Amino acid sequence: MSALPEFEPHNQQATKATTCYMCACRCGINVTVENNQVRYIQGNRDHPINKGVLCAKGNAGIMKQNSPAKLQTPLRRKPGTERGAGEFEAISMAEALDILEARLRKIRATDPLKLAYFTGRDQMQALTGFWASQFGTLNWAAHGGFCSVNMAAGGLYTMGHAFWEFGDPDWERTKYFMMWGVADDHASNPIKIGLEKLKRNGGKFVGINPARTGYQAIADEWVAIKPGTDAMLALSMLHVLLKHEQFDWEFLIRYTNAHYLVVDTPGQVGHGLIARNADGKPLAWDMEQNTAVDATQASITPALLHSGEVDGKPVKSVMLLIAETYLDEQYAPEKAAEVCGVPAEQIERLALEMAHVAFKESIEIDVPEGWTDWAGRTHYSFKGRPVSMHAMRGISAHSNGFQTCRAIHFLQIMLGTIDVPGGHLAKPPYPKHIPPALKPSKQCAPNTPLKGPPLGFPTGPEDLVMDDEGKAKRIDKAYSWDAPLSNHGLMHMVITNAVKGDPYKIDTLMMFMANMAWNSSMNTAEVQAMLCEKEDPAQASGDDDPAYKIPFIVISDAFHSEMVNYADLVIPDTTYLERWDTISMLDRPISEPHAACDSIRQPVIQPDRDVLSWQEVQLEIGARLGFPALVNEDGSRKYKGYQDFIINWEKEPGIGFLSGWRLDENGAETHLRGKPNPEQWQRYADNGAFFEMPLPHNTRYYRHANQDYLNFARHAGWVGSTEQIVLELYSETQQRFKLAGQGLYDGPMPTEAHHKERLSRYFNPLPFYYQPLEQSRIDTEEYPLFAVNQRPMFMYHSWDSQNAWLRQICAQNFLYMNRQRGQAFGIEDEMWCWVESHHGKIRVQVKLIEGCQYDTVWTWNAIAKQKGAWGLKDDANESNDGFLMNHLISELLPHQNDALDTVTNSDPITGQAAWYDLKVKVYPAQAGETGTWPTFATIKPLPNQAPSPDILRYHTHEPVNMVRPMDDVLQRGSVHAATENTRDLGEESSS
Amino acid sequence: MKLGLVIDLDVCVGCHACAVSCKQWNTSGTTGPLTDYRPYGEDPSGVWFNRIRSYEVGDYPNNKTINFPMSCMHCEQADCVDVCPTGASYKRAEDGIVLIDQDKCMGCNYCSWACPYGARELDRESGVMKKCTLCIDRIYDENLDEIDRQPSCVITCPAHARHFGDFDDPSSNVSQLVRERAGYDLMPELGYQPTNQYLPPRLTRPVPTDDVKKPLLSSVKDWVNKAIAR
Repeated sequence: MSALPEFEPHNQQATKATTCYMCACRCGINVTVENNQVRYIQGNRDHPINKGVLCAKGNAGIMKQNSPAKLQTPLRRKPGTERGAGEFEAISMAEALDILEARLRKIRATDPLKLAYFTGRDQMQALTGFWASQFGTLNWAAHGGFCSVNMAAGGLYTMGHAFWEFGDPDWERTKYFMMWGVADDHASNPIKIGLEKLKRNGGKFVGINPARTGYQAIADEWVAIKPGTDAMLALSMLHVLLKHEQFDWEFLIRYTNAHYLVVDTPGQVGHGLIARNADGKPLAWDMEQNTAVDATQASITPALLHSGEVDGKPVKSVMLLIAETYLDEQYAPEKAAEVCGVPAEQIERLALEMAHVAFKESIEIDVPEGWTDWAGRTHYSFKGRPVSMHAMRGISAHSNGFQTCRAIHFLQIMLGTIDVPGGHLAKPPYPKHIPPALKPSKQCAPNTPLKGPPLGFPTGPEDLVMDDEGKAKRIDKAYSWDAPLSNHGLMHMVITNAVKGDPYKIDTLMMFMANMAWNSSMNTAEVQAMLCEKEDPAQASGDDDPAYKIPFIVISDAFHSEMVNYADLVIPDTTYLERWDTISMLDRPISEPHAACDSIRQPVIQPDRDVLSWQEVQLEIGARLGFPALVNEDGSRKYKGYQDFIINWEKEPGIGFLSGWRLDENGAETHLRGKPNPEQWQRYADNGAFFEMPLPHNTRYYRHANQDYLNFARHAGWVGSTEQIVLELYSETQQRFKLAGQGLYDGPMPTEAHHKERLSRYFNPLPFYYQPLEQSRIDTEEYPLFAVNQRPMFMYHSWDSQNAWLRQICAQNFLYMNRQRGQAFGIEDEMWCWVESHHGKIRVQVKLIEGCQYDTVWTWNAIAKQKGAWGLKDDANESNDGFLMNHLISELLPHQNDALDTVTNSDPITGQAAWYDLKVKVYPAQAGETGTWPTFATIKPLPNQAPSPDILRYHTHEPVNMVRPMDDVLQRGSVHAATENTRDLGEESSS
Repeated sequence: MKLGLVIDLDVCVGCHACAVSCKQWNTSGTTGPLTDYRPYGEDPSGVWFNRIRSYEVGDYPNNKTINFPMSCMHCEQADCVDVCPTGASYKRAEDGIVLIDQDKCMGCNYCSWACPYGARELDRESGVMKKCTLCIDRIYDENLDEIDRQPSCVITCPAHARHFGDFDDPSSNVSQLVRERAGYDLMPELGYQPTNQYLPPRLTRPVPTDDVKKPLLSSVKDWVNKAIAR
């Protein structure tokens, strides 16, 4: 072999480990830097999340760092100019912080609710929530309300963990995997890694999705379902399982509340609540003793099916209610087929296939050391049911998403697949008790921290955050009768509510990394107008000129988003390669099912702009405002900055943001619980930017009932009690709200008719299917097509339209439509068409495809951009041909001149934004009508913003050419000859 | 040696990770930069060595979506080399990698017309042809850990759909995969004898259901409680 040149200037390169932030997946990356420029980003092989691989987005990090849309300096709206006009002046960071401090100081000292602080796709909700708590405002949440609260709530109120961040399929052992709805956004690499394992192991992958794109491309079976009908499909499969008596008796009796007795006194106070003894313990019917006993005891032999009387009250067991409910003919596959568009034969077969794999192909893992169950009994194996599922936004983004998510969990539980080998596994710090023992804060006062976190988990109407008249206390109306279990808040309602002054007016809207002026808001055009809406001059306070209904807007982002254009003050953030950060166990850590893990980011690039990470901004402002957790009694600062805070702040003794490499009493390093360690950041940096503690083998399954695990989790601060986590098939929380709606609750109850109707109709202790709210208020014949967004794997979350490489894969989204349906409408491929909903219309280009359910149209989410934003040029496809569905979606329910006209277009239980309930009609545009519509004014360039280049030739060093020697050219002119030569040489050398 | 790739169509989800990984490595690689035209404007495009084609097969509802990554096949009968008038294109004798000497290339495009796989691209800024090098600047770089001496696309593939190795060695991972999974050439009828091989989708295993069916319709009344201790 001829000598090769030295290709890379390794001596000028350095590689550091950190955590990717091209999406929410949080993969480990090794970043090689040359002259403060990124040479190469590679997946970290040791990292628990991505195990060395990296997706398209992660590989495009160079172009994120290189984006011309990076904010250069803090900005202030020029005095005298209109908000949204894009007239900014550059100011120093010192000045920007002074402005923010003065504004917030006044609010905190007078009425902390006047600050609404909402964050987008951040991964530091433990820190932002801490900040809001210390500030003393209830008005804080992250973006979960328009993202995936239905999945989190559905899981946490049923099994103590959930899909994605709180749980994963047991990819190593599962033999049958069912994916519900679009899930290409959560998670990225782990699902791809898992699907390959599944297929290599000979497992079956069933994809339930109206579109055959993304992961569904490699599904063994595609179930083309109508959007929003998944609950019916799941419950019909449950019907089949019950009919054939295919459910896990032992699992139900030992690990769920299936044997609990429920009071059966319809129409009376207390109906549907769990029958309890004098100590408040739930009751079950013991078959040996023939009496009602404490259902939580280990020694009993409970009747799964029971109907009788206890203390003179009629009772039924939960399982009996389940059987009666779902064996009803309304759930028969033939009936479900009409709702879902899925053939009855397929529904029945899929249910039975799962039953076969769960019960005829069950697995058993030996545990020689033994595991101790919640009752102290030792077992020497883990029994596994190798059926697993995953669901995310396709289920979540419907107004029936909570009940649908519960319906899917019902299937998993009936098959005995929760936290068992081959099934669905929790990820530390989950599972938690059901629901987690945190209640939302209700009270706030000037210059006073909240007593707890702003968000929590109500278990009944008394936990709601309302005043004495039943009016919402939070600006987003979370935890009100509109959305009682809105555990993630309703960020999508903040601007609308604040502008309407309903429930009250605010002073300052502060947002981090949230594009509420564009793709993160429903009803984008009107939200943009609202952001600029002014008070009637007669009512103006005079403090601000002019007087906006939202008087002051503060935005922190790293890039020139559409939202930046509406800020009064812009604080530029660092990029993910420029900052210190934690992905904390207190928040949403990176744990794997069998390992407790958290991680950090460390700077690999030195910023070349006047920027400050939002982490540092929060701590700086908090210290200036004298937050008790951040200052000493004399008012001096407790922490030098973010890194110092992360090391030394403790939530409770021994528990801080980072759980790895803490110190024991002797100063030796220990994990999970321990004293602060000044070397902690360094330890993370030295260990690939993450901490991973494998769980002992006997704590890896049945953790809801595994005493070894629960003791371990208690020590780590993950659970507050070591009592068994009993999976809640029957949700008493749901029933309490239902009773409140029916006027049968012994506690707070709504007074308005539409609230009563909402609670009594949509809350239900057993999951059920109902038509999505929007669809029940429009003419579905007028609007025959379901319209949903799918998530492109190479760009999902789509914040990277400014990414020069990713936008070459897709710079324009199309409306994808079933070919046969399109042809029936007279629509041809690539034709420009109008799409109309009850709320508005848009003009789009249609593509006819096979991989689309007959009654559905779909597009890629958030490709479209406003002209001038994100460093894109005016002729960029994103702003000329791309489109947002958002214009067709109202943040309020369709107008019908009734009390619901002002109610959020969200899941009535959780407040989850119902993006995917949309129904539309599509018809060809007139000749000459081309290009996207509506169009928006071009956003002006920012001061100091360099024009985006026309040609990009990114490289970190001059290429080292592979020179072909001249004698090679002369001797091997033809490859055909060369092949023969090579063969001859080979024969000669071997002879 | 006969170095090349095996691409597993059973698990490729069309995520484009390989394409972008190739782009980021090679833009500072031996034939870098890989120029981008109108990177922030209309119809952005640029030089890529690896592109994912997506197709649909069959009519709804019996349709399938196929994602098909394509890059240089490093053919045994590489006409792209034969047609090169300057001798810039060559196939290395020692490992079969097809390369373009950037100093000798005049950007005439003959090679791209000769390539049936669309693997060669003209960099309009530098006026030369560029293509997959199998990351020759990785696979022979002894400063990298041995496990990293693989093409960037292979290292990054989240679905492990890409494999790199020596097809001349019957015990190599790629030779084994081709044997076990019936790997095939793309368009063999053209006679280019591509080195890269594709693995077809696995057959779906049938899951029996007869053993979990109850012959008669039952109602709750028929169920008998089982004595199971909690």
